[in-house]
Amino acid sequence: MTFSKKLFELLSSMRFAVSVLTILGIASIIGTVLKQNEPYTNYVIQFGQFWFDFFELIGLYDIYHNLWFLIILIFLACSTGLCIYRNAPLMLKELKAFRESASEKSLRSFSHKIELKSAYDKEETKERLLAFLTARGFRFKFKAQTDGSELIAAKAGSYQRLGYIFTHAAILIICIGGLMDGNVPLKIQEFLGHKQIETRDIPATEVPKISRLSVRNLSFRANMTLAEGSSANVAFERVRDGYMVQELPFTIALDDFRIEHYPTGQPKSFESDLVITDPELTAPIKKTISVNHPLIYKGIAIYQSDFQDGGSRLDFNVWGVLSATSKPFPLVGRVFGKSPLGEGADALQVEFNDFRKFNILNLSADGKGKPHNVGPNVTFKVRDAAGQAREYVNYMQPLQLDGKYYFVSGMRGTPQEDFKYLRLPADENLTVDGFMQLRAALFNKANHAEIAHRFALDAIKENDAQGKSRIQFEKSVQQLLGAFSEGGYAEIAKLIEASVPEKQRDKAAQTYIKIINGAAYQADLLVREKTGVKAASVEELVPGFLQDSLNAMSDLFFYGEPIYLQMTNYEQREASGLQLTRSPGKNLVYLGSVLLVLGIFAMIYIRERRIWFLVKPKAGAVVFAMTANRKNRDFEIEFEQYCDQLKKTLVN
Amino acid sequence: MTSSKHVSNENHQSFLQRLNWIDWLYAIVLTVSALFAFKQYAEFMDIYEISFLFGAVILFSVLGWSWKPVRLLVVSVAAVSVFSTTLYHADLARIDQVFLLKFLISSQSAIMWMNVLFFLATAIYWFALATRSEFSGRLASAITWSAVLMGFVGLMVRWYESYLIAPDVGHIPLSNLYEVFIVFCLITALMYLYYEQRYATKQLGGFVLLIVSFGVGFILWYTFDRHASGIQPLVPALQSYWMKIHVPANFVGYGSFSLAAMVASAYLLASNGLLTSRLPKLDVLDDLMYKAISIGFIFFTIATILGAMWAAEAWGSYWSWDAKETWALIVWLNYAAWLHLRLVKGLRGIMLAWWALIGLLVTSFAFLGVNMFLSGLHSYGTL
Ligand code: HEM
Repeated sequence: MTFSKKLFELLSSMRFAVSVLTILGIASIIGTVLKQNEPYTNYVIQFGQFWFDFFELIGLYDIYHNLWFLIILIFLACSTGLCIYRNAPLMLKELKAFRESASEKSLRSFSHKIELKSAYDKEETKERLLAFLTARGFRFKFKAQTDGSELIAAKAGSYQRLGYIFTHAAILIICIGGLMDGNVPLKIQEFLGHKQIETRDIPATEVPKISRLSVRNLSFRANMTLAEGSSANVAFERVRDGYMVQELPFTIALDDFRIEHYPTGQPKSFESDLVITDPELTAPIKKTISVNHPLIYKGIAIYQSDFQDGGSRLDFNVWGVLSATSKPFPLVGRVFGKSPLGEGADALQVEFNDFRKFNILNLSADGKGKPHNVGPNVTFKVRDAAGQAREYVNYMQPLQLDGKYYFVSGMRGTPQEDFKYLRLPADENLTVDGFMQLRAALFNKANHAEIAHRFALDAIKENDAQGKSRIQFEKSVQQLLGAFSEGGYAEIAKLIEASVPEKQRDKAAQTYIKIINGAAYQADLLVREKTGVKAASVEELVPGFLQDSLNAMSDLFFYGEPIYLQMTNYEQREASGLQLTRSPGKNLVYLGSVLLVLGIFAMIYIRERRIWFLVKPKAGAVVFAMTANRKNRDFEIEFEQYCDQLKKTLVN
Repeated sequence: MTSSKHVSNENHQSFLQRLNWIDWLYAIVLTVSALFAFKQYAEFMDIYEISFLFGAVILFSVLGWSWKPVRLLVVSVAAVSVFSTTLYHADLARIDQVFLLKFLISSQSAIMWMNVLFFLATAIYWFALATRSEFSGRLASAITWSAVLMGFVGLMVRWYESYLIAPDVGHIPLSNLYEVFIVFCLITALMYLYYEQRYATKQLGGFVLLIVSFGVGFILWYTFDRHASGIQPLVPALQSYWMKIHVPANFVGYGSFSLAAMVASAYLLASNGLLTSRLPKLDVLDDLMYKAISIGFIFFTIATILGAMWAAEAWGSYWSWDAKETWALIVWLNYAAWLHLRLVKGLRGIMLAWWALIGLLVTSFAFLGVNMFLSGLHSYGTL
């Protein structure tokens, strides 16, 4: 055998097809187990540098778009194609053939045959047999034999053979369609070095030509994020750890993006009002797209895929939470923007990352309650002069936790950590002001003497004899307040450790906490006097407020930055995430799919059967033989039935 | 001559000629009901819904004509469901107030009845197998039929209830794992009942209902441990007509693969001399396995294709190598290989039975494992 003949044999063999399919299956499974297209740093953390490099080399992070994966598919297509080339002519021949050249000897060697006795003459017998065949959908051909007998060769269900051709052609067509959309030409160009991915974070206009794909690009799947009121004529195709810029033959603008919600708060629909402008159009196309309802223009389908913030304007009150100031100052920011805060060595930079208007949370303690919308939040980073940043998430409205309201702010040092939450208790008006005033009063050393005095008066009223101990008491209250304003409970713990013998520490701690609580009560009254709010004490209005406030103040020392950003207002601007695809192979894939279904139906539900009657010239003898390309139980049953029925047909 | 022709042709009348007056009456009842529904609700329906409505008439007519017990099932499901909805007076609170709703035919109660009946039927099928009792076998069949009835009633009423929560929440109950498991149990049981009649054997009931009972176990776990039996509104990606055909097609596939696997386990037992005298003959089991896998294969192929078309509309690409899609492909290739070996190489027997049984592992991983262990685009329930 020549080499090419051997190669043909190999490629068209089922062994080869099975091997290719097995490799395809294993590769696919790897792709489902190993998360695809994650940021590369995640893989480094997961596997370590050595394995990361190795896996990158063999392309495991984007298996399905790898050159070798595409090559497997090409092999599969070749193998199936050759298989058709090899088998189809035979199948077609079988489809047409009646096998009327069968001899009596060969009929008698069939496993399913009987000899029948007819009560009629030859012509009548023949007629009855033909009627029998016609009623059962058999087609037939005659052949006179040399000995005067006549052979009727019949068959039914020949189209089963088309099933093979259809299914396998379908697989070939689907592979070709899939390969077209897998964008093989681009892969080859990239392999040859004519195209290169871009990994820098630069504006689309600055991306060099080698990383740009022209409008003529056969197939692509790219993304575009459009803020409301903006427009673009390029999209980004993600490739491994970088991207390429896909140029578009038109410009898309986003007029408006909407999310509708169910009463329960879950999203119900995402919609974008798009305007397409194209020099070839007399008037722009205006169309609203939504999930499951894309727009197709110039062979490019535009889908609603996701959404994000488009640069909302946010207003804040900035509170210096570790100082004695009781007034905030305003700050305006934009999502994706940066706002400087302070100057010199203490200068900070706030970087706004995201704003969400709806947040569906389940706040019940046991997790059994219903999730509901808790209102807007903002995510931002605060970066210090040294470049270190912490990430924060602040909720605009107070959240109800364990029956009480708190302003909640999460903080974390690195993206791998979970957020740790600071809870600032809301006052009787559901604002943060009450807490802030109390905090300012307690953190202001100038107030400590006054607070201590009032507290002492309140605690140790009576006569002069006790005046001395009262002054003593005042002093220690003042000392405690001083410590608290410098480091919260932790500082007081230090104080206890330094001055109280080990055995009495628990008791001292309890006493000190009581004292701080009492002092806080006085501080609250003081604040109320100063601000002129003559009202019941806050503790009567909001039970637990003082305790919660003290806890929060103590936590502030671990909050990372000395500021709290309270969102006061926002002007939302959303951005719609669009996906743009051109997939010329799609129609081929659909065509293949139809063929596949038809083919499988034909293969399974059409049963090819052949019948021969050899009608002897004399004595009404008939040889009946039957065969099928698949001899299964149905065939056996049918053969038995036919034998019975034929016997009846041929007797008087 | 004409008379003899008649004799030999009696089994060969066309499908329509073989229908009797009950068949026609059944079809007329379906048509009239559909026309009535159309007259009542035409203003709320779009062209797809109208074609679904009348498509259903054709589908259920043909189903009922080809397999007669379906006629009674369809009519009973419709009657009980409609009766149940009249008890609601458009108020969900009445589930706890009306006796019949509370204990029998609100969707949750009907589904609970389905669960109980399936467990019961499984036990009785095994009892019948052990004692060779024909009566128990018939009883088990009857109970299975009633479980199917209750299950479908449960789904229909759930559909209605979803609209009572809020008109825009209303949707067909095929949208999360809980609902889909019910569909799985129903389809598997129905397919079993079909073969039970076709092959005139009740001995396999215990085997097949075992997997149905597993599904029921999952439903119970999901209801009581996960509290996940509530009706949730549809996320945008699931608001599509494709869902209504893609999901059931998939479950005919899963159902028949499971059925084949259970028959395969019976085959393996019988070929090792266990229960051989009680189970059907090996070639019957082999044939049944093949039939179930081929039906499953066709439906699974169609379902995968429909899934691709849906994905093309929802995600912008007909094939994204998402975990669920990829595993569907693996399942498909697995059974394609099975069919190749049988049809091309003529392989039969123990090896194929083992393969069908192990195939169930692959299938259940695609069905459940993917949701449990892998992440992807499919927004179907996570565990
Ligand atoms: C992607 C690869 C392939 C797939 C998915 C595939 C799929 C199928 C399917 C679904 C059937 C129908 C089984 C049934 O009746 O339900 C079938 C039958 C068959 N396939 Fe393949 N096939 C593939 C490759 C091949 C190759 C490369 C060959 C060449 C040797 C081959 C030879 C056959 C033959 C001879 C039949 C039976 C035809 C008959 O007797 O009616 N297949 N295949």
